[in-house]
Parts: sequence; C-alpha cells; structure tokens
Amino acid sequence: MAQVMMKDLNKKYDEVHAVKDVNLHIRDKEFIVLVGPSGCGKSTTLRMVAGLEEITAGEITIGDRVVNDLPPKDRDIAMVFQNYALYPHMTVYDNMAFGLKMRKFPKVEIQKRVQDAAEILGIQELLKRKPRQLSGGQRQRVAVGRAIVRHPQVFLFDEPLSNLDAKLRVQMRVELKRLHERLETTAIYVTHDQVEAMTLGDRVVVMKDGWIQQVGEPLELYGKPANKFVAGFIGSPAMNFVDVKVADANGALWAETQGLRVKVPPIHTSRLVPYKGQQVTLGVRPEDLQLASGSDPSEYVFDAVVDVVEPLGSEILLDLRAGNSTIVARVEPTVRLKVHEKTRLALTPDRAHFFDLKTELAI
Amino acid sequence: MNKPIAGGAGSAAGLEVVLPHPRTTQPQRLTRLLENERALAALLLAPAVVILGTFIAYPFIMGVWLSLSSTSVGNAGEFVGVKNFAKAWNDSIFRTAFGNTFFYTFWATLFKLTLGMWLALLLNRHFRGKRIVRASMLLPFIVPTVLSTFAWRWMFDPTFSVLNWLLFRADLITTKLPFLSDGTYGMWCAIVVNTWRGMPFFAITLLAGLQTINPDLHEASSLDGANGWKRFWYVTWPLLKPVTIVVVVFSVIQTFSDFQLIYVLTGGGPANSTHLLATYAYQVGVATGLLGEGAAISLFMLPVLFVVVWLQLRYLRRMEGA
Repeated sequence: MAQVMMKDLNKKYDEVHAVKDVNLHIRDKEFIVLVGPSGCGKSTTLRMVAGLEEITAGEITIGDRVVNDLPPKDRDIAMVFQNYALYPHMTVYDNMAFGLKMRKFPKVEIQKRVQDAAEILGIQELLKRKPRQLSGGQRQRVAVGRAIVRHPQVFLFDEPLSNLDAKLRVQMRVELKRLHERLETTAIYVTHDQVEAMTLGDRVVVMKDGWIQQVGEPLELYGKPANKFVAGFIGSPAMNFVDVKVADANGALWAETQGLRVKVPPIHTSRLVPYKGQQVTLGVRPEDLQLASGSDPSEYVFDAVVDVVEPLGSEILLDLRAGNSTIVARVEPTVRLKVHEKTRLALTPDRAHFFDLKTELAI
Repeated sequence: MNKPIAGGAGSAAGLEVVLPHPRTTQPQRLTRLLENERALAALLLAPAVVILGTFIAYPFIMGVWLSLSSTSVGNAGEFVGVKNFAKAWNDSIFRTAFGNTFFYTFWATLFKLTLGMWLALLLNRHFRGKRIVRASMLLPFIVPTVLSTFAWRWMFDPTFSVLNWLLFRADLITTKLPFLSDGTYGMWCAIVVNTWRGMPFFAITLLAGLQTINPDLHEASSLDGANGWKRFWYVTWPLLKPVTIVVVVFSVIQTFSDFQLIYVLTGGGPANSTHLLATYAYQVGVATGLLGEGAAISLFMLPVLFVVVWLQLRYLRRMEGA
C-alpha cells in the first residue's frame, strides 16, 4: 500500500522527448489509468515507475522512498505485461512462485501464497500446466497471479487486455476491477482504450505527445473535458466538432456557420462574449442531439439530412449533414429515418462545449 | 460413371457438355502416371536417393565391406571377419588415437560452448558497430581450415614461434615451450586451434537463439528479483537449451571426426602421439595402403557418434514434448 508521486518527470531518447514534465500524485489504494493514443508517453511513464527505463529528469516516489536509482527488483512493485511475459519453460506454479523464490521466501509461504492467488483467480486446476497449454484468458490470469503473490505496494499494468478478444476483454475488465476492490493495492494501468480507462479508473490521466492533458474522475473527463483533444478522445462515438462564428443578434449570442445556426446557451454566454465575431469550435456529444419535437425551443434546433443509418439495437447512430458539417447523433431505437431524408435536430443547451480555435482549450 | 459433372449443364437445360478431346494418347498415359501418388512420390524422391546412394550409402557399405576384408592397395583381399577390428584394438597407437579423439572432442566442445555462449551474450547487447563486429567474428569460420591451421602452425613453430617470443618477453617463461614437439602440448594446441575456429559458429547460433527470447522475459525476471546471473540461469539458459543441444550435436560430430586440423598441424606426431581416429585411419588405410585395417579404424567412430547423437536427440525430443 503506497502512494506514488511523479515530480517534473521527463524522458528523452536521442531525438524524441517522450515524456514531458509529468506531475502526478497517485493516492494510496487508487486505481489510476493512463490513457492516450500510441506514442503519447503513457507506457514510458509506467516503465519509468517500474525501473525499466531510466529517468532523464524529475523524481518518482513510491511510498516515502525516492526510487530513481533503485533497480526494479527493489521498488516493491509488480507488473503485468501486454504479452504476459510468462516464462515458457516453467509451469504455472513456478511462474507464480519465481518472484518469491528469488526473494528467498520459505517454501511453505510460497506454496500458501500461490494457492491463495490461484484460488482468487480460479486457476487452481492449471498450476501444473505450461503457459503454451493455456488460452489467452488463462495466461492473463497467470500473469496477474504472478503479480499478486508478491503482495507489492503497487501494481503496474501495461495494456494487459489488448491481446484478448473483445468478449474476454470485457470479462477480464470486470474481474480486474473486482480484484482491485478486494486487494486494495495502488494500481497504475496503461491502455489506449478509452472504454477501459473509463470503466476501470478511479481517476484517469489523458496523455498526448508526452504531456498530461487532463487528470480527473471518468465522468469529470466526460462532462468537463479540459480541451478539444480530451473531448474527442473520451467517448464513443466521438464528440462532434463544428467550427462556428460567434455572432451578436437580437441581444443574444449565436453560434453560426453555413446551414447551422444555434443560440449560445446561457451558461456559456458570459465566457463567449470576448469571442464575439471570432471563430470557435462547438462540441456536441452524439447523445446530446435529439430529433426535434414541437416543444423544443426553436433557437437550439437546426436542419439536417440523413447520410448513414447505423442501427445498433439499443440505439441508432445517425450520420447527418447540416450545411457543410457532418454530425453524428445517437437516437432512440424506435426512430425510423431513411437515408437522404430531411430532419430537424435539437441540441441539449447546457451540454454543449466550446473550444478556443487556436489553443483548443475549453472556453 | 457417366454422371454429369457437378456444375455442368445437365440434359434438362437442353445442352450438352463438350469435353476437350485428347490429341494424342502418349501424354495422357504420362499424366495418368503422375496422377498416381506413389509413382509421383517415387519420381520426386529419385534424384535425392541417387545422390545419397552414390555418395553416402555406397561408400559406407564399401567401408563396412573393406573393414571385414584383408584388402590392401593392389590386393583385392578376402573376407576375414572382425580380424581388422581386433588388430586395431590391440594396437597401442590406435588406443592413443581413440583416447585422443575423446579428449579432443570433449575439451574443444566445452571451450567452444563456454566461450561461444559468452561471446553471444556480449554480442546480444546494443553497442556501436554491432553489425560489423558480428560479421567479422565469423572470419575464423570462413577461412579454409588448412590455411588458418598453417598460420597457427607457424605461430607454434619450434624455432620461430611468435607465442614463445611473446611469453618470453613478458617474462612468463624462461625456456621455449615445446608446442608441437611434445604430445601433450600438441594435443592442447590442436584443441586451442579447433576452439578458435569453431567458436564463432557457436556464438552466431546461440546469438540467433538469444534473439528469439522475448525481451519482456528479462524485464519480468528483473522485476521478479533475479539478478544478472540468476536471470541467465533460470530464464535465458533453459530457453536456449534446444538451440544449444543442436549446436553441440553438430560440433561433436564434426570434432570427433576431425581430420584436416590435426593433419596439417601435427600430422599425428610427434611419434604418433596426437593422432585422432580419422588421421590414423588415413595413415593406415591410405598412406600405408592397408585399406581393410584403415576402414576398420574409421568405423570405430560410428557407434560412438551414433550413441551421442541418439542421446542428445532423445533429450531434445523430450524437451519439445514437455
């Protein structure tokens, strides 16, 4: 059990500045997820915590020890690798026992810990097998087992589910969450899958190009993205972005572009005043758009033409065109619309987002 | 069997299928023969069988026959049973050569494996000029044995030995070492040259084996608390074992039946003290002309090599099955 602190953490390879000034305080028992597109520095950050990469500048503290110069084995951490990294020549039991054996634990203790972990993960039957005789999901469990027998202060997960098929991934995701609730060990989890990040993380760290973009609880990231990147990265299908001009008419602010004109919702009005006459980016999530009914206030309604209909069963995704913009809306499965059909969309005013065109920061 | 071909038009459609008419009967018979799997298999195997038969099976059977006969140059000879084998076994030079062969093979293979492994582990690291070093390391292996052995013989020369000169200058010796003029020294010299020559093959093969090991395993084991030596012992070495066994089998076969190196370096001397089975068999069979006895001597290698190869391959198969 320990907190992990990263202070002004930097990693430079010859040409590449992979991690830039990362500051992060991971609380004790917290499950934190680093998420971002490939090359964003999330794995490098994790590997610096593990001690597999040297730290170019900055400081990492685990518990109350600065670990910069400690070798991986002395950092009291355990890591689960993307391809599991199980020792192919050892049985499942030996794979799990190896770390304890290297640390000279007594045999009885090793046996007890491996048995306990096997029970938690439901792999008692597999202890005598070799990794190649296991399925992907079973290997994954063994890899997790190898980490938990050590009772480390921190668990590190490097995209542990990305080699599993979609169905198994969902199942293992739930199991990992349950496991964390049971073991209450601090965990740092790296993934490029925003759904994994949202479902697993107590808090989520979004990274891009080596910079931290935003740190927050999943719903906070979803509801109040700090910038356009986070807004577009979190959520599927992604948020719609339309470049609009802020115009002043009839004593109110309007966001307008060709074929689309909506009123700036009251909660945004004061912040958008300085942008009068300028371009900004309007962001609307697909579920914040509905087919307009008579009761919708007309200033939030606009015309659109259906391009593609994607029925998903529980919902329908509509790809529409409004003026020059393409927009995705998530609507009720009962909606019956055909391609090329004209319709009217209404946006939920207090869920609209505005971003500065240059800095891409939320306004 | 006049059913309509599947997918072809039936009579119901009012159409008839016209099959291409064979122009001649000759190619058709050949085609039919090739359609027969047994005939085709025999045909495809034939070239290999002819080559193996001519260059391996025939000389081998010929050798066995010779070893059981009293053939010598200019004398067809007759069947004499195991007399040649018995004679060889009671020959003190043969016994020395027999012992030498084991001694030579054991030490040379051990050195090649140890040094080759060490070299492979070094070369598996990242450093500047890695490729060039890796490629140039193969040089001893590429240079023809006879050539490089001549160079070594010159270095071991009783009068002009550069090694003696160096050791003397370094104050490590006071009198010249009798490199090739003493049987024991001669044997060790041969082992040194064989190691020098064979080590690159070990290193390159083991290096290839090392590169198939997932680097994550090293990271995982370093997190598991294994230091460098333990990582090698518990992770690298077990994973490298299959490759190692294959290289060792090859090396044992080649070293056990080595000829060129001894032939050029010492010629079996001084006083027949550095003969291996192959060089002694050559001396008796070809140089002296006693073909029967020479064949018998060389055939002593067969059961030994057979057992070695069988043991190692069995071990390998068990590892793969596990």
